[in-house]
Amino acid sequence: MGEMQELSTFWFVTFGAVKVVAVFTVVMAVVAYMTLAERRVSAFIQDRLGPNRVGPFGLLQPIADGIKNIIKEETMPGTAAKFYFVLGPALAIMPAVVTFAVIPFAAPLPTPVGTVDMIVADVPIGILYILALSSLAVYGIVLSGWASNNKYAFLGGLRASAQMISYEVALGLSVIAVLLLAGNVTLTEMVWKQQQLGLWFVFPLSLAFIFFLISALAETNRLPFDMPEAESELITGYHTEYSAMKFSMFFIAEYAHVVTASALMATLFFGGWDIPFWPGDDMFRHEGAWIRGFDESGAPIPTSPSVLITLLTLAAFSAKTGFFLLLYIWIRWTLPRFRYDQVMHLGWKVLLPAALGYIMLIAGTMLVLDQLGVAYGMLYGLVLTAVSGVTTLAFLFFVDRDRVISGAHRKRPGRARVARPAGGPAGRTTSS
Amino acid sequence: MAISVKVMRRPEAGRTSYMRATLKGMSLTFRHMVRPTKVTLEYPEEQPELSPRWRGTHRMEVHADGRPKCVACGLCPTVCPANCIRLVGGEDDQGNRYPIVYEIDEFRCIFCGMCQEVCPVEAIHVGQHFENAEYGRDRFVYDLDRLMEQDHPTTLLWDPSDPRSE
Repeated sequence: MGEMQELSTFWFVTFGAVKVVAVFTVVMAVVAYMTLAERRVSAFIQDRLGPNRVGPFGLLQPIADGIKNIIKEETMPGTAAKFYFVLGPALAIMPAVVTFAVIPFAAPLPTPVGTVDMIVADVPIGILYILALSSLAVYGIVLSGWASNNKYAFLGGLRASAQMISYEVALGLSVIAVLLLAGNVTLTEMVWKQQQLGLWFVFPLSLAFIFFLISALAETNRLPFDMPEAESELITGYHTEYSAMKFSMFFIAEYAHVVTASALMATLFFGGWDIPFWPGDDMFRHEGAWIRGFDESGAPIPTSPSVLITLLTLAAFSAKTGFFLLLYIWIRWTLPRFRYDQVMHLGWKVLLPAALGYIMLIAGTMLVLDQLGVAYGMLYGLVLTAVSGVTTLAFLFFVDRDRVISGAHRKRPGRARVARPAGGPAGRTTSS
Repeated sequence: MAISVKVMRRPEAGRTSYMRATLKGMSLTFRHMVRPTKVTLEYPEEQPELSPRWRGTHRMEVHADGRPKCVACGLCPTVCPANCIRLVGGEDDQGNRYPIVYEIDEFRCIFCGMCQEVCPVEAIHVGQHFENAEYGRDRFVYDLDRLMEQDHPTTLLWDPSDPRSE
C-alpha cells in the first residue's frame, strides 16, 4: 500500500489548526516544566532539594508561578519609553514561539481522510525560516534594554545584540555543513537524508555539531554565554526593570528558544524522529508514494505510515529533545560565565575561521567522494566520519590549551609584565 | 589559631585545559545530579535534633501542688543582661515569698541562660524549644501562668558527662 491519499483542503486546514494548537500547548507546557526541571536539577547538582512543596515533587510549581506572575503588580519605570517598553516583551516572545513550526516531530500519521505530516508547517525554506526568526528575538531584547532607561538594562541589550550577531555567523556556518550533506533546507528532508545515510549527521559532521552546540548556547543566552543577563555584573541585564507577566514573557521566550534549539539539534544532528538501528520507521514522500528506501537496482521500496510508528517516532524525538534540554541545564550549572571579551574572541576568532575551514574540508571531501562515484550511503558517511573525527580531535586539542581563551595571566604584546622573583614559582605564596 | 586561606595558583601559560576541565566538571555535576548528597532537613516534617544545651523558650518549674517554685529572690532580674525579666515579689501569711508578677519579654531576651544559672531554687529555666511564633508582638511577653504551662525539656547548662565542655 504505497499509494498516498492527499488531504483535501478542508482536512488540511482542520489538521493544521489542530497541530498549531497542540504544538503550541506542548511547547508551552515543556517550557513551564523546563523551569521546574531547571530548578530541581540545579538543586540536585548543588545537593539541595529544590521546589518540592506545591504538589507531588513540586509538579504544580509552574502553575503556581504562572498564577503568581499574572496577578502580580506590573511596574512601569517613570522614565521608560512606554510604548517600546511594552513592545519589547511581545517582540521577544513572538519569534520564540513560532520557530518550532518547521520542526518535524514524528513520522506521518495515517488517518481515514489521508496522511497527516507531523509538522506544523512543512515550508520549503525550513532551516532558513528558523535562522531568520530566531535572530529576530534580539530586537525584543535590545528594545526592552533601551526602553527601560536603565544603564544596566541598556548594557544587557547591547551585549545581546553583539553576541547574537557574532554567534549567528558560527551557527549559520555550522548549519551550512549540514545543508551541504543533506542537499536541502527542509527539515523533513534532512531527517530522510539521515535515514538514507544510515548515520546521524552528528557522526559525519561531528565538528559542525560542536559549533552548533556552542553557538546555540550563545544564541539562547544561556550560561556560559548569558552575557545579556549576567546577574553578577548587570543585575539581570535587559529585564531588570520588568516585573510580573512582562518579565515572565522574557522567561518564556528564553526557554522556548532553548526548547527549539534542542529540537533543532536533535533534528539536524541526531536524526530527528528517526529510531536508531531500525529501518522500519524510515519514511519519505517520493513521487506521490511513501517509500522506505531504494533497493540495489534503485527501485523504491514502498512503505505505509502507521499509528504505531508515529507514536514510536514521537517518543524517539521527545527523548532526543529531552536529552538536549537536560544538557542545557547540566552545562548551565557546571560552567561559569565567560568574560565578555572571551565571548567575542571565541565567536569571531575561533568559531568563525574554524567553521569556514571545516566547510571547505567537508565540501572538498564530498567533491572527492562524488568524483570517485561513491553513492550516498554508509560508506559515504563513514569516510566523512573519519575526516570529521580527525578534524574534531585536532580542534579539541587546540581548544584544550589556553591558546584560545586566555586566562588573566596571559602575556600580551605591548603590555609590561610584572617581574617575578627569579626561581620562585608562578603565583602568590602565603605566609601563615 | 590562624585562619587557613587556600590560595589557588594561576596555571602557567600553556598548562591550562578547557576541554578536559569542562568534562571533569560535567562528570562531577552529573554525579551529584543522579545521586545528590542529602544535607537538607525538611523542617516541618523532620525535626532537628536539639543539643541538650540548646537555650530556647523559658519555662517555670512548679511544685506538686501547682505553685511556682520561684521564691521571688530577685536574682534573675538582677543578673539578666537584657533586662527582660519583670518580677514583683510578695509574701504569704506563712512568710513564704512568691512572685506576684513574673514576666519575661522573649523579644528582649538574648537566651544567655544566666537566669537559670543564678536561680537558687531551680525555678526558672531556658528550654530546648524554639517554635514560639505568634501573630502579634504582645504575645511575646510571657507571664507567670504561660511560663508554668510550658512543658518542653529544660536546658542542661552543661553536659554532666562533659562538664568543662571539652
